[in-house]
Amino acid sequence: MSEDLLVAQNIDVSFAQRSGLFGVVPASKVLQGVTVRVGRGETVGIVGESGSGKTTLGRALLRLIDVTAGRISFEGRDITRLSETEMRPLRRRMQLIFQDPMASLNPRHTIRRIVTEPMLFHRVAINQTDAERSARAIFERFNLPLACLARYPHELSGGQRQRVCIARVALLAPDFVLADEIVSGLDVSTQAQVLNLLKALSRDLGLSMAFISHDLSVVRAICDRVYVLQAGRIVEDGLCEDVFAAPKSDYTRALLDAIPLPRIDAGWLDRSSVAQVSA
Amino acid sequence: MTAPILAISRLSVVSTRDRALILRDVSLSVGRGETHGVVGESGAGKSTIGKAVLGMLPRTVRVTGGEIRFQGQDLLTTPQASLRRLISEKIALIPQDPMTALNPSRRIEGQLTDGLRLTRGLDARAARAVALRLLNEVYIREPERVLRSFPHELSGGMRQRVLIAAAFALEPALIIADEPTTALDVTVQKQILRLIRNMQSAHGTAVIFISHDLGVVAQICDFVTLLFGGRVIESGAAAQVVESPGHPYTRALLEACPRYDRPDAGLRPIPQEVIAQLRAEGQAP
Repeated sequence: MSEDLLVAQNIDVSFAQRSGLFGVVPASKVLQGVTVRVGRGETVGIVGESGSGKTTLGRALLRLIDVTAGRISFEGRDITRLSETEMRPLRRRMQLIFQDPMASLNPRHTIRRIVTEPMLFHRVAINQTDAERSARAIFERFNLPLACLARYPHELSGGQRQRVCIARVALLAPDFVLADEIVSGLDVSTQAQVLNLLKALSRDLGLSMAFISHDLSVVRAICDRVYVLQAGRIVEDGLCEDVFAAPKSDYTRALLDAIPLPRIDAGWLDRSSVAQVSA
Repeated sequence: MTAPILAISRLSVVSTRDRALILRDVSLSVGRGETHGVVGESGAGKSTIGKAVLGMLPRTVRVTGGEIRFQGQDLLTTPQASLRRLISEKIALIPQDPMTALNPSRRIEGQLTDGLRLTRGLDARAARAVALRLLNEVYIREPERVLRSFPHELSGGMRQRVLIAAAFALEPALIIADEPTTALDVTVQKQILRLIRNMQSAHGTAVIFISHDLGVVAQICDFVTLLFGGRVIESGAAAQVVESPGHPYTRALLEACPRYDRPDAGLRPIPQEVIAQLRAEGQAP
């Protein structure tokens, strides 16, 4: 087993009771006793239905939200209570890619500015020329036309935009990347390109990745291990080859049984899974 | 063979802005109780077919040829006034996004009974009775409560059930389902697919099922038409298209689908030579 890079140990996350416009909104526990470890160079999948707490877990791992109990450590160092200033040196090393590239790219900035500015901010490049050189190299590697650099986000296709988001992150040479539903909006052919790219990055740069997805098939294609979340708790985890071939939890079984595969399976629609999944 | 409910033949649609072809010579048909899947990646023209049938094409496109025969009548030559009446009575839509399809400021009851009152001429009480029966049919447990609810008070799966109930309300001969489960979790998706299939067999409705998901199409459709760049690449019985595809693009698309039962699936993009072949075919007259 690889050395641990990022570990969440027994974490709870609650959204506190607050008074809203229409009265008191009660406190809700979003994550309960969740333990996740991401090893160096490892790609870990986090799956579950909407509302299961996948995104909250990702945000807690990056310390974008605070945990109410438990501990988060990065390279063995406890980062659970670090202040924003203390976190700053780690920010370059822990990056995030979002689901909707259109929403995460500033529409008023050129792609050039979008990819080079973070390099300058984090001092990964010494000047604009240097940043530009790196950007061009990665664009070639990602099969992105260099002409894209001068364009604005809306002028690119969905697949190109998502590759720009990945390029922006890869240019910072992070140790850990959280990818939150990053291929959900893409066509399957574009999705395959993006997944290949991520696979190559994790192999070549030794990148660790947490890959959040509602799509178990995509997780199977790209992850080494997987955690299955249900209503804020982890119900199963293990190597993908084990979990997908022989799931131990009824919930995982139910999720897998609900996936329509591109093959003829006459009884599939009428088959109910072992576990009753809440509607 | 009985006459199809819907027969589209050689339909061509062009963009009025840049003269680009959006659909080119597309033919497909669907009979009573059948489901015909229309699949393709974004920009293939799937939704345009649905819009053309529903008479909802945007002003920026124009039909340049072909026929859309619904129960024998060509919708493209039917005068506007009778067309609207015909479509609202006989053809229904199940849209992708249940949140935007429902009016957020009206209760479900009004939205579900509009058609029954306006088209069928039922009074409020009779319409309400039909609405309750429909909600029962789509397995909504507390139909009275749902009728009183606003859309935001229902979950995504519940909203989609309401829209299915609404689609079947006027006993249409044809339903256009445009990516009806894309926004849902897989477990809910399976329930909704089963529901559409059950409702359809109970009512004998013909369904055009538009989807980007070959897995969904394989499980629910009798026939499949695969589009690329507005052209039909392959069509036939679902079993044939999915299990023994004839066109390299169909094969490549199936290979590009990730599947949890195959670790190596989902990592092969469409090969360049397949794209080149598609382009060459697209150029041919």
